[in-house]
Amino acid sequence: MTFDLTHHRSRRSILGGAGKTLSLTGLALVAGGVSPAFAAKDDAISQDVQILNAAIALEHEGIAAYQIAATSGLLEPGVVEIGLTFQGHHKGHRDALVKAVRDLGGNPVAEKALDEYAQALGAATLKSQSDVLKLALKLERGAANAYLGLIPSLGPDYHQIAARMAGDEAFHAAILGNALGEPIPKSALIFG
Amino acid sequence: MRIDVAACAVSAFIVFGASASMAVVDDGEPRAAAASEGGGADAASLIERGAKLYVRKCGACHSPDANRIGPRHEGVYGRKSGSVPDFRYTKALGALDIVWDEETLDEWLTNPSAMAPGTAMGFRVTDAEERKAIIAYLKTL
Repeated sequence: MTFDLTHHRSRRSILGGAGKTLSLTGLALVAGGVSPAFAAKDDAISQDVQILNAAIALEHEGIAAYQIAATSGLLEPGVVEIGLTFQGHHKGHRDALVKAVRDLGGNPVAEKALDEYAQALGAATLKSQSDVLKLALKLERGAANAYLGLIPSLGPDYHQIAARMAGDEAFHAAILGNALGEPIPKSALIFG
Repeated sequence: MRIDVAACAVSAFIVFGASASMAVVDDGEPRAAAASEGGGADAASLIERGAKLYVRKCGACHSPDANRIGPRHEGVYGRKSGSVPDFRYTKALGALDIVWDEETLDEWLTNPSAMAPGTAMGFRVTDAEERKAIIAYLKTL
């Protein structure tokens, strides 16, 4: 297992990516130190990078899952088309998250080999179209909940994008659940 | 490639023969308030609830038996933090020197980044009853 979420930036890279923080913190350094307020801001930026990178890792897995599904030979052509559309959404999420991490001066986490995702997701146990869709539904529901659950830990600049991604995942889950013939949940607040 | 997703959904509907009646059913996940009003579910039902919550709230990143976005959870209860040998943790987790028990897991699930600033896990379980159920399930892994 070589997946690495440990992309701590150097202090220089943190400041280099922090926009307005750069000149102010630079002044503080020249003056002989960094105030606790600046240090706290750096910590918050670093925390955001870590969480956003975890979200990128989640999107990498989702993209891989749809790739595995599309090439499994288990799906009807129309279902493959839907899966590739959803995969495109996940690629859009990944790209937005990668940009956010880079804007913060961080290094986006890289994807793993497809075989590693296949093993971790138990792809070898998938024997039918229904099996594939159930896995996709589980992952999409999980992703919607994950985005909703991490919002309080993210800086406010990223709340909206995380919520929008949660909405996309919930949309995918609804269609997959529908395709599998699952009933509509009776209770409100389905996700989160 | 542009695809009309709504049309695709209809296609999927046809492919899988889903009922157009759109049945409504309880999702089987008791809400926290209902559980509290019940006044103490037994251990088995707590674990059962925890298992469902685990899939719903933890399953995007974790599995019991495979490292994914986060480390596998098999044997997590009673284990030292950051100690799954083939998973690469953040420095924050590497520096967290605790054993996962009811107390530490509860604190962790409440707010991971407060417990280990710099962790990649941002997910919070804000409901105490849900944390209790999830921890009860984690004990069984």
